[in-house]
Amino acid sequence: MSGHRHLSRARRLARAVARRRPLLPRPVRVAAAIGCASLAAAIGLGALASQAPSVGAQAGDEPPAATGNTPTSPAASGTATGPAPPAAIGAAPPTVTGSEPAPAAASGSDPASATPGQLAEGRRLFLSGCASCHGEDARGIEDVAPSLRGVGAASADFYLRTGRMPMEDPQDEPQRKEPFYDERQIAALVAYVGSFGGPPIPSVDPAAGDLSVGFRVFGELCAGCHQIVGRGGITTGAWVPGLQEASPLDVAEAIEIGPYVMPAFGDQLTQEQVDSLARYVTWTRQPDDVGGWGIGHIGPVPEGMVAWLLAGAALLLTIRLIGERTTR
Amino acid sequence: MRLVPRPDPVRDPVRFVDQRLGAGSLLRSTLRYVFPDHWSFMLGEIALYAFVMLVATGVFLSLNYVPSDETVTYTGSYAPLQGRTMGAQYESVLRIVFDLPAGNLLRQTHHWAANVFVVAIALHLARICLTGAFRRPRELNYLVGVTMLALALVEGFLGYSLIDDLLSGMGLAIAYSVAGSIPFVGGDLAILFWGGEYPGSSAIWPRMEILHVLLIPVAIGGLLTVHLVQVIRQHHTQFPGGPRGERAVVGTPLWAAYALRSIGLFLIVAGLLLLLGGLVQINPIWLWGPYETALSTNGAQPDWYLGWLIGALRLMPPLEVRFGDYVAVPNPFWGGALYPLVVFGILYLWPWIDKRRWGDRARHETLDRPRDNPRRTASFAALATWVFVILFAGSVDRFAFRTLISYEAQIWFLRGAAIAGPVVAYLVTRRLCEELRARERHPLRGWSGEVVRARDDGGWAAQPEEAPTDEAAGEAAPPR
Repeated sequence: MSGHRHLSRARRLARAVARRRPLLPRPVRVAAAIGCASLAAAIGLGALASQAPSVGAQAGDEPPAATGNTPTSPAASGTATGPAPPAAIGAAPPTVTGSEPAPAAASGSDPASATPGQLAEGRRLFLSGCASCHGEDARGIEDVAPSLRGVGAASADFYLRTGRMPMEDPQDEPQRKEPFYDERQIAALVAYVGSFGGPPIPSVDPAAGDLSVGFRVFGELCAGCHQIVGRGGITTGAWVPGLQEASPLDVAEAIEIGPYVMPAFGDQLTQEQVDSLARYVTWTRQPDDVGGWGIGHIGPVPEGMVAWLLAGAALLLTIRLIGERTTR
Repeated sequence: MRLVPRPDPVRDPVRFVDQRLGAGSLLRSTLRYVFPDHWSFMLGEIALYAFVMLVATGVFLSLNYVPSDETVTYTGSYAPLQGRTMGAQYESVLRIVFDLPAGNLLRQTHHWAANVFVVAIALHLARICLTGAFRRPRELNYLVGVTMLALALVEGFLGYSLIDDLLSGMGLAIAYSVAGSIPFVGGDLAILFWGGEYPGSSAIWPRMEILHVLLIPVAIGGLLTVHLVQVIRQHHTQFPGGPRGERAVVGTPLWAAYALRSIGLFLIVAGLLLLLGGLVQINPIWLWGPYETALSTNGAQPDWYLGWLIGALRLMPPLEVRFGDYVAVPNPFWGGALYPLVVFGILYLWPWIDKRRWGDRARHETLDRPRDNPRRTASFAALATWVFVILFAGSVDRFAFRTLISYEAQIWFLRGAAIAGPVVAYLVTRRLCEELRARERHPLRGWSGEVVRARDDGGWAAQPEEAPTDEAAGEAAPPR
């Protein structure tokens, strides 16, 4: 009996409190605020604790990670089977890899030693897929597409393997997409275009490169357009691709031929520097984010968005919760 | 009867101190000081607490920073920079990041605190400008606040530049060009500060450091003290209505109510900044690499609070004032120097522009809600739009990269938007404010639906109940 009365009194009291404050009484709100803050600080300190090991570890275990899963040495690409799609693209067909600089890989890959059957198929594919812009004799058509005589196997391999050719509209900027031809067809086309002369497909071995050399050379020659962590950007008259999908062979070929508006750097760089660049570019896929979430690796723009949209919004919400909302 | 009172371990020392210092009354008035309740008054507090975090983390950083550009060869623990030659200042920050316990957490917390500091100041400024809190008798305190904003921008830029990584090195090169573009005296000024023609002498590093860690923080701290003392002396402004008026101040006393709320807010700000510092990477200088004058990177930007200056440099058409071969006004002057001068000029003159427009020179202890003065609100919206459209232009290359919309087309669009945007913002905001006011004054424009309730027998009944207009509208009803 008396217990029931107590209960109803407590209920009445609770109701009175609720009527006075629309949401929660202020002591509760303040306590909740302090609780949230302590939690946040605790998580922050936890983040600090979890940060330490990655600093110590990265110097030691990073280089193998950069090169372990990229089948890019001439020997590896001979087998042409990688698990990941980019790796499969990176491993060029055995018939076209290697070439003069790498004696170990001279297994019929030179365009000069391409089989007559391959050349015939390449000619056939060229006439059906390329000649409408590049001309039946591959000498190009003025104001439409350049001559392919002398561009070499390196260029044909780069453009076909990265899906940049064929293009729908010759006025477009060539963009990376799924390759239009399969590996055998690409080998045939590369052999055919390579038969007119020009640079062969270069060899590259990122494992032989040095990451710090690659970082330095990339900063000197590449970052002005490709951004220092290879995130791409725009330059006058061109959209510069990010390099996270580029295989080491793509890097070596692009250095050799200078696709689209990019200059060719083949003459300025030693083989070690090319290997180092390929290694650095592969490394930029997952750079050392010792500071936490990388937010795109392009610096202040996403940082400003976090400052406004994440921190600013969270703090506005906080003061809305712990402050009064009516203007009366 | 006891003639000697029993000693009391609490009361006696307190009384001893109070009898000699007379601190009791001061303490009482301090503890009873009232603070405003409305949430928007806590924006300035956020800025204050971000500043506290900046000082706290900055002390650690300044103890480990080396203000020298002496060339050293890196031998620290970060593999991709092994054997690289770099300036000692950049190397010292790499050491903070990789080799000092909690170094990168504190560095990143410092940087996030800087970004959030300016966000909070900008929002606080918006609150002041939109509600008329800058009016007599608070004009001078408003000027103090705007000055702190200007100092915060310079302070942030110096902190960003001290490291001499690839991004900040490019930023300093732009700063040199802008300084040099000031008509007639710019070149000499730039050479004076940099200690020679770009990239200047080694003297610039200690100069920037002493500005960043001593002179400007002390100036901000001093102005902050003036700002707060003046707020305490004049008391806060308040929204009209209720028991409040021009002659009464209503609020929550410091003890035992507001102090707890404010401490809670400080812990939240500190916790959020530490969280960001520990979990979200900011300015990863180890990925940028050291700066050399011949190097550059695509996609380089300043921190957000200087993005409006880069945006202005980008949007400004290539105009220069020339006399024969002599360039009197080089192009960077327009976007890099004149534009911020105009924006800050408008901000500094804001209270007097407001006075002129309304002919209102009276004292104001109560605020206008933004909708109460549509034209003032619309003017500030126009100013904010002008700055933020141009801020967006500072990042338009990343936007073009993502969206494949031509950069040149966007620049032309934004040139138009920088001129038309403020006009549109003015008209839209003014209309919005007028609509909001009209809506709350009009008795028939509230909720006018009908309540349909479930009956006990399972059917529905439209009850001629008291329409909830009064209650629903009560929340947002005008105070008058």
